[in-house]
Amino acid sequence: MTVVRRFLYSKKIAPYVFILPFVLTFAVFFIYPLASTIRMSFQDILPGQVQWVGLSNYRRLLGDKVFGQAVFNSVRYMLITCALLIPFPMLFAYMISSKSMKSAGFFKSLYFVPVLTSVVVAGLVFRMMFSELPGALMNSIRGLFGKPAIYWMKNEYSSLLALILLCCWRWTGMNMLYFMAGMKSIPNELYEAAEIDGANTVRKFTHVTWPLLKPTTIYVLTISIYAGLAMFTESYMVFGNNTSPHNYGLTIVGYLYRYGFEKLRMGYASAVGLALLVGAMVINVAQLYITGAVGPRRTKV
Amino acid sequence: MTRTVTQGRQTKSGLQYSAAARVALILFFSALGAIIMIPLVAMVLGTFKGGAELWRNGLNLNPEFSKWSLKSWRYLFTGVTIEGELLPHSYFTWFKNSLVIVLLQTTLTLFISSFVAYGFEMYEFKGKNVLFMCVLLVLMIPFEILMLPMYVQANSMRLLDNVWGIMLPFLASVSAIFFFRQYLSGLPKDLLDAGRVDGCNEYAVFFRIMLPIMGPAMSSMSVLVGMGAWNSLLWPMLVITSMNKYTLPIGLNTLFTPYGNNYDLMITGSCFAVLPILLLYVFAQRFIIDGMTAGSVKG
Repeated sequence: MTVVRRFLYSKKIAPYVFILPFVLTFAVFFIYPLASTIRMSFQDILPGQVQWVGLSNYRRLLGDKVFGQAVFNSVRYMLITCALLIPFPMLFAYMISSKSMKSAGFFKSLYFVPVLTSVVVAGLVFRMMFSELPGALMNSIRGLFGKPAIYWMKNEYSSLLALILLCCWRWTGMNMLYFMAGMKSIPNELYEAAEIDGANTVRKFTHVTWPLLKPTTIYVLTISIYAGLAMFTESYMVFGNNTSPHNYGLTIVGYLYRYGFEKLRMGYASAVGLALLVGAMVINVAQLYITGAVGPRRTKV
Repeated sequence: MTRTVTQGRQTKSGLQYSAAARVALILFFSALGAIIMIPLVAMVLGTFKGGAELWRNGLNLNPEFSKWSLKSWRYLFTGVTIEGELLPHSYFTWFKNSLVIVLLQTTLTLFISSFVAYGFEMYEFKGKNVLFMCVLLVLMIPFEILMLPMYVQANSMRLLDNVWGIMLPFLASVSAIFFFRQYLSGLPKDLLDAGRVDGCNEYAVFFRIMLPIMGPAMSSMSVLVGMGAWNSLLWPMLVITSMNKYTLPIGLNTLFTPYGNNYDLMITGSCFAVLPILLLYVFAQRFIIDGMTAGSVKG
């Protein structure tokens, strides 16, 4: 007993004891699943029988039109949300930090409230707002302009609008906070120096705030790319389940869910998951290179 | 003389500019705030209008005070429907399940993750950098990609339809480890040696010295982890199959049917599900915001 005690209490062993919970979780819920999903992607798995099929899942994936549509939907959603949820929150953060802005604290708190609501509650509310009933919110707005009610969720672009609005509603306040936190670390002297050089508010933004917010922007961009490509729950909630008319709401993860959990074709679903993993990794490495976070001009991380 | 005049004019135009800017900014942010509040206001109005009205006319901003009643709320709390008959529902079973999971998961995650973070920050050991790269790797890969093999794994470990199945994969939370490590790196390490000199062993140093001074980091993370557990849908939905073990998000999701028969419960239940977090936000706003923005501040 004392031997065990002395062993565990020694300064050499203690660090490993401290990190043991992570190592175990990593092995059991990350490495093993990752390895098994790679293995499964080369197999055809039906309940009770497993067959090694080599690359045929991947070959099938390349020719799969529905998968292509899912990729298109996810990438389009990701690009639109990045294009909306980075520049606008940054601008809003700059504006709300302005000296002329009164009760900024109140507005910051207000914009943060959607972040607190779950996808489920937000999804239910948006689904009812975008329902085809003439009295539902979005249709009643159309009514104000004398336009007839439409089936919001049965049309490609109007259903995309619902998903995009849901995303913007939930994340504008959050991204504003990220940018405000980034702006806090910009020294005031820089703005004063810019002022002495005759810079106006716009120039101060383009020449001081924007370049110095680069680390924050990279961070927000990274999480937005991942969240955009891996989007599923939002679509699941707004459309009511994983099926949508003409697959307008189908995403890559939705396709994985369809094959893995609905059709129980785990081999094919694994190939879908790995395609997403590779895609996300490639985009992220490319983005880190382009923005200069890694690569030849390596900055301190 | 001329100079004074120009200066005077400059000041004056500057003042006018800032007054105009002030009004413009307030107007702009009020409008943005109003737009952001629309879904929540519509939801709260909906709880008073009742499910039948929602099913007929949909969710909108029309208050229709004449139709207001508290009957939907009465149904939520007492199980007595609009029509006055007793029809028990499971909402508070789900509520309780979620509450238990939030409390357990938050406590255990904070404890385990700070334990791991301490190991990473305070010691030099073989393989440390590789292992920390693993933390970053997990942080980078979205859970959705691994949900299928994780499900298979949970199945083979007999963790399905079990609350531990919901929690276990996330107790050594990488984002919490990352956050705690950053926090610990800012604390003085002399404290530890002082503790060792006083006869504390390696673990006692953590429990008696480090843990008590990690309060601020703990508060921020507890809110983040707790909120995540309260709102999480996908993984619990995969793990849990029996209705009496549903968490609140799973349960709420099942209430939305095309027949509209559960709309009373769904709308009040959705509203009531946001309430605990909203209350927490009112009292602990700083911690919530610190926790949520923790990742963006580089270390």
